[in-house]
Amino acid sequence: MNLNRVQMPRQEAAARAKNFKEVALGYTPEMAAEEAGRCIQCPKRPCVAGCPVNIDIPEFIKAVREGKMAEAVTVLKSKNALPGICGRVCPQETQCEEQCTLLKQKASVAIGRLERYVADWERQNKAAMPPVAPLPSPTGKKVAVIGSGPSGLTTAAELAKKGHTVTIFEALHVGGGVLMYGIPEFRLPKEIVQNEINFVKSLGVELVLDAVIGKCDTIDEILTEGYDAVFLGTGAGLPMFLNIPGENANGIYSANEWLTRTNLMKAYLFPDYDTPLKVGKRVAVIGGGNVAMDAARCALRLGAQEVYIVYRRSEAELPARREEVENAMEEGIIFKFLTNPTKFLDDGKGWVTGMECVQMELGEPDVSGRRRPIVKQGSEFVMNIDTVVVALGTTPNPLIAATTAGLKTTGYGTVVADETNCKTVKDKVWAGGDIVTGAATVISAMGAGKRAAADIDTYLKRQ
Amino acid sequence: MVLTKDEKGERIPLTIADSDAHAGTVTIVFMEVGKTTRELGLLQTGDTIMSLTGPLGLPTHIENYGTVVCVAGGFAVAPVMPIARAMKQAGNKVISILGARNKELIFWEDELRSVSDKLIVTTDDGTYGRKGLVTEPLKEILESCEKIGLVVAIGPSVMMKFCAKTTQPFGVKTIVSLNPVMVDGTGMCGCCRVVVGGQTKFACVDGPDFDAHQVDWDLLAARQRTYVEEEKQALESWQCRCGKYS
Repeated sequence: MNLNRVQMPRQEAAARAKNFKEVALGYTPEMAAEEAGRCIQCPKRPCVAGCPVNIDIPEFIKAVREGKMAEAVTVLKSKNALPGICGRVCPQETQCEEQCTLLKQKASVAIGRLERYVADWERQNKAAMPPVAPLPSPTGKKVAVIGSGPSGLTTAAELAKKGHTVTIFEALHVGGGVLMYGIPEFRLPKEIVQNEINFVKSLGVELVLDAVIGKCDTIDEILTEGYDAVFLGTGAGLPMFLNIPGENANGIYSANEWLTRTNLMKAYLFPDYDTPLKVGKRVAVIGGGNVAMDAARCALRLGAQEVYIVYRRSEAELPARREEVENAMEEGIIFKFLTNPTKFLDDGKGWVTGMECVQMELGEPDVSGRRRPIVKQGSEFVMNIDTVVVALGTTPNPLIAATTAGLKTTGYGTVVADETNCKTVKDKVWAGGDIVTGAATVISAMGAGKRAAADIDTYLKRQ
Repeated sequence: MVLTKDEKGERIPLTIADSDAHAGTVTIVFMEVGKTTRELGLLQTGDTIMSLTGPLGLPTHIENYGTVVCVAGGFAVAPVMPIARAMKQAGNKVISILGARNKELIFWEDELRSVSDKLIVTTDDGTYGRKGLVTEPLKEILESCEKIGLVVAIGPSVMMKFCAKTTQPFGVKTIVSLNPVMVDGTGMCGCCRVVVGGQTKFACVDGPDFDAHQVDWDLLAARQRTYVEEEKQALESWQCRCGKYS
């Protein structure tokens, strides 16, 4: 047994903190073959159940080991329509790799890195792939998918493969949802996202942009326009703010605005691209999840001199992927744990110039299971910062729920849907991804998309 | 509406001035101020832009208030027009005030007159109509015996702010259309945050209409200045490239 996990080559930290190019460089064919050879092809295959879309992991890894790349692609894509994305952003360490038989030896097979390798091979070797199996003849049924993020794209792809006619309605001027506006270029190149979207369109799916459902058309109007079913995949795009004094000063952004300007509108290329972003010298990012890491690492690349992650719990409680935390630390981001802002100070001209904070200590676990942060009395201090990014999390945009009669929602603004089949209480309407779970992962949204598509397909065949 | 000219363009919000469902058109009027609006001004009939989405935000509330005063600052006569027309159709007496810095900037005067019971035109420099600011005839109307049910004021922020100050002592409900910087226009980023009645609102989804007497005007003005340097840089760099200095 080879217990030496092949390292992922990465751009060196000091250099990569100044550019938006992808940090992880990908395996070479030799590295991929070596890592694939480490998989012992154990009979139990616990990795498959650990994957939210149940990829046939040992099979695609065996194909990589044997150099049968086209076969590896076919196996992978039979379960996962967006492997180039998942191979980069899935938290495999808490999913398939955590179930790996070799975990006990602290040497899980690097399943995610191999998935990425296979997806990238396919993108670069399209001519070597066998022709795609023809789609079944059209069923004549029409499905409207609202939102072109991971759940919408997956639902659309799965339904199109079954012969249904699918139209995706996307509010923004490009498809992809968080894949385009949220996750930065250096983690997920936009060219790869567009490639995956083009694959979905190649299945016959129509992508309509600039369509804000709930404004341009309501769900009920869509249902009367001849659609037989609707899938809601509009995500969780409403930013949460701290609601502390001074939060509306210039220089204080929601992570959504920060990332949308940077990634979707390419503010890092201003003035070649028209959308600007004002980045100061000392940036504080409030929060500890993947979005906070992304925002902080963007700040560095946008020219900030000092970037802080300000988190009210300790390092052990950080919800972000360990890999992204390590990347951020290597790049020189300063982590201020057990710290919480209480007020923003401005310079008298409307710009943020400082942040009053208190130190925290951890008490008993709260509803999330994490230890509750408690204010340490008398610990007030001021951080001098000139830019703030609030990355506390997001909830669903209320527009769909507010304009759709008969949908059930929770106090968090999420839409109620069955966990196994994604059905909502409204006739002909399914929902999945962040609009149901609150902000979560790309892969769990995709898993929901697959479950919804299967149930919608069953329903349409009964009509 | 939010529109984007091309792949490198920025998303900008502009108000719908008119629309024709049969013809499938919307009419948007804008002032050429920076790079994007000047680029749009160079487009010819038959040209295309990359993206246009809407209608966004909440529609203006139309009701029979009795008498409504509509105040339009400069090119903002464009968003005022459909409101004045709808108010007239709802049975209101409509008194309109159209003001601009000078005669050249007076726009859609006849159009606004056609949907108003009375139209007063002002120019700051007196080159057309009555010399002075829109707040002067506004104050006179409020001081007269006429009972005013609602004032709608749309124009540059400072104009809307002073209309609000003018109507406040009279206790007349006043609606303004706020125009902070926006990016997506659908409520996802919070760039357009304004404070109204002490509460943070997103102008793109909670507005753009708000109670003028509750608006934190200083905050709006400060936030509108966020990208002044970048706007200048973009315009100068574009003008250099095109050789256009206007």
